[in-house]
Amino acid sequence: MHIVDRRLNPSGKSLANRQRFMRRAKAMVRKAVHETAGQRSITEGDEGGEVALPAQGVHEPSLHRAGSGGMREYLLPGNKRYVEGDTLPRPPGGEGGAGSEGSPDGEGEDDFRFALSRDEFVELFLEDLDLPDLAKRRLMEAEAPVWQRAGYAVSGSPSNLALTRTVRNSLSRRIALRRPKLDEIARLAEEADAAEAAGATQEAAELREKLARLRLRASLIPFIDPLDVRYKRFDPHPRPVAQAVMFCLMDVSGSMTEHMKDLAKRFYVLLYIFLKRRYKNVEVVFIRHTHVAQEVDEETFFNSPETGGTVVSTALEEMIRVIGERYPADSWNIYAAQASDGDNTASDNDRTAGLLTQTLLPACQYYAYLEVGRDADHFPPGFIRRESDLWQTYAALIAAGAPIAMRKVSHRRDIYPVFRDLFARKDAGQEAALS
Amino acid sequence: MNDSIVRIPLFERADWEFSTIQRAYDAIETIALGDLGLSVYPNQIEVISTEQMLDAYSSVGMPVFYKHWSFGKQFARNQGMYQAGMQGLAYEIVINSNPCISYIMEENTATMQALVIAHAAFGHNHFFKNNYLFQQWTDADGILDYLEFARNYIASCEERYGDAAVERLLDAAHALMGQAVDRYPRRRPADLRSEQLRARERRDHDERMFNDLWRTVPGQGQVRADPSTEETRRAILQLPQENILYFLEKTAPRLAPWQREILRIVRQIAQYFYPQSQTKVMNEGCATYVHYRIMNRLHETGRITDGAMVEFLRSHTNVVFQPEFDDPRYSGINPYALGFAMMQDIERIATAPTEEDRAWFPAIAGNGDAMGCLREVWANYRDESFILQYLSPRLIRQFGLFAITDDAAAPEMRVEAIHDERGYKRIQRALARQYDVSHIAPDIQVVDVDLAGDRRLIVQHRARNGVLLDARDAAQVLQHLADLWSYDVLLKEIDPSGESVLKEHRASPRPGIAQALFG
Repeated sequence: MHIVDRRLNPSGKSLANRQRFMRRAKAMVRKAVHETAGQRSITEGDEGGEVALPAQGVHEPSLHRAGSGGMREYLLPGNKRYVEGDTLPRPPGGEGGAGSEGSPDGEGEDDFRFALSRDEFVELFLEDLDLPDLAKRRLMEAEAPVWQRAGYAVSGSPSNLALTRTVRNSLSRRIALRRPKLDEIARLAEEADAAEAAGATQEAAELREKLARLRLRASLIPFIDPLDVRYKRFDPHPRPVAQAVMFCLMDVSGSMTEHMKDLAKRFYVLLYIFLKRRYKNVEVVFIRHTHVAQEVDEETFFNSPETGGTVVSTALEEMIRVIGERYPADSWNIYAAQASDGDNTASDNDRTAGLLTQTLLPACQYYAYLEVGRDADHFPPGFIRRESDLWQTYAALIAAGAPIAMRKVSHRRDIYPVFRDLFARKDAGQEAALS
Repeated sequence: MNDSIVRIPLFERADWEFSTIQRAYDAIETIALGDLGLSVYPNQIEVISTEQMLDAYSSVGMPVFYKHWSFGKQFARNQGMYQAGMQGLAYEIVINSNPCISYIMEENTATMQALVIAHAAFGHNHFFKNNYLFQQWTDADGILDYLEFARNYIASCEERYGDAAVERLLDAAHALMGQAVDRYPRRRPADLRSEQLRARERRDHDERMFNDLWRTVPGQGQVRADPSTEETRRAILQLPQENILYFLEKTAPRLAPWQREILRIVRQIAQYFYPQSQTKVMNEGCATYVHYRIMNRLHETGRITDGAMVEFLRSHTNVVFQPEFDDPRYSGINPYALGFAMMQDIERIATAPTEEDRAWFPAIAGNGDAMGCLREVWANYRDESFILQYLSPRLIRQFGLFAITDDAAAPEMRVEAIHDERGYKRIQRALARQYDVSHIAPDIQVVDVDLAGDRRLIVQHRARNGVLLDARDAAQVLQHLADLWSYDVLLKEIDPSGESVLKEHRASPRPGIAQALFG
């Protein structure tokens, strides 16, 4: 008898099968994922979890006899009161007396439920989405160089000396120039000594002369010549910055209802999941504003009510301050999403536009403006009823070529389509801006 | 057995290490081979983790298997159920191979490991080695090598012809897997090792012999018999044929050689599992009876503690629990319960028979050799014949078995037989029929091909008792069949007595599978 411990064998033997299954059921899984995501609370937005597929979709058919019709026979245990010849009604729903007996092949027709990992979930959730071209271009500019080996150089710092290469060069040069080897000289010296000892003076003299020539040659041809020396060469390579900061700007004045905040929150969550996939390190900064702006934590951001007027430029100023203090644009990818009901003090619009075009937009990878509306006045996304102050201001900026993405949303179910719309993979040259 | 040295318990705590398993195995082996007289393949016991158990579940318990999405689906389902706590995992999986491989889970307690070794490594192992069906149909020496070959072959096909083409073919082949077994032995001996060699030789031979000139040699057409007469056509095509995958592998006109080879692989694997479906009650009954005897013997000789015995009994009674038909937990007859009860019953009949038993089982009643009877039974029966022969009136009363007929034409169902003098025989027969493959599986055969006309394949279902095929599934399977055949397919459901056609299904091939020939 052998006992084999297989516990240390690589697990995940079924991974290939699972991937095949996911590929097969992709369309259905995607639909299920979006339905599931809608029912979830925000905080677990990017967790994996169970999804249900319609059973028929991944059904494996086989030839088997139908569950009803014809003449059937059942054999059951546990008879207490029946005697031969009794008749009994068919149980409702199922055919035959087999109470809770399943379908013949043992597989019920329930939904097929299974668990997705977090990665699979997010993968499906964000499928076909990509950062807009605009951001990619900017991404290439915001780089930190990294040094990479790139062959050899004839000059360099001694610490970068490439020893093997240097000795190899020296060896080939010595062979090419026929520099005498040390043991060759030693052998000749021995032979000369031996000849001398044997009394063959003529021969010894010839050997001595030959030896002197070899020694001269060895001293003229250096063991290592400056020509041989090689240094490891390093080239600077640009590396995209792998960290990002996400600014959530929100108007928290009295006109923003809980419903509007909820919409904004959903949008922020999506953006967060999305950025999390692209960058190793994503930080989130919450800035709320009324007529004054303030950086707060997430809890306060969403939950504590404020009163006051609405001055958008204060939030932008606060953002500029935070960027200046903690997130220099050359080492951070900056994303900003602003949510508002569109109100702004009329006199502030010009200042807002100025701050955006001159300071913020050049620093940001992406700036999105989400105008949230009341649930009651729901309209299809893209349908504009009455332009708000902020909308008009931004629309003018976009018309002038500023890279701002903006959308209107008034119902929870629009959030995802709008998000997809903003980030859908686009052909080059197409601007991800206007609705 | 020397009682003076075996009084020390094998283990006293729940945790175990490899030496514990070795000690338990040795003690169990002594009882199994000595007291019970079992004959087993050499054992190999493999310790695996939960996740590996789930992996094994999804490849029908085999350590090596080819890749297909349906196994991924199986895995996803099991994992979901397991994580939701709706389903426990089996304590073990045992593979009919030589050496016999048993997987045991690392989470099991020492008692459970002993139980699992007794159950799988001796009970199932003995059954695999000695039962005539397994000897006739499976090749325990070659199965692992063949599965390895199958996996590599299918993987190389995926590389050469693309995942999509292979997946479509496997989908179609899996749909017909139930119609891919030979129910009666043919000339071919079951030897999977030489299967691999033959597959390679077939390809080599075809490549060597290929010469386009043969096509132009005159006179070829004259020697061939005229296929238009039904008799010669049926002889050439070996009709009627109930092994549909075999038929397609040999005669489907437009399949590429690799596609035929894959059909062959699916067919061979279906055939390997065929005996298991016919011996569920016996196999589990045998293993459960063996572990019950062994654990009791270990306890009697003081090798397991009282605590371990209670733990074992708790697990054992869970396994052999049979809910009654009106219990919400009822989901059919539990093969463990029925099998174990019948094995114990045979022991009782052999050692302490009643008058009734002497009348019903004159051959074994009171012969005193319970293990001899059981070993004979395990070797020579399958579920259907076993129940027909050995289901005793006493057990019928104990289970309260009763038979019901449900005629769709009648307004109500009727109780046909109960546990009384008039009913015993009828209940035996009715229960045996539930385990008779030829009764459960629909009788489907390829009957004819219209060779002179549009090459339509005609398949027939003889609808026993007027029960038709599940229409939705039948349509899907027929579509797969048409794809493989690459011409139209007609499925007739006929009444076996009057030969009148009850229902017809048709399908036309979709482009895809057969195109591979020209690609």
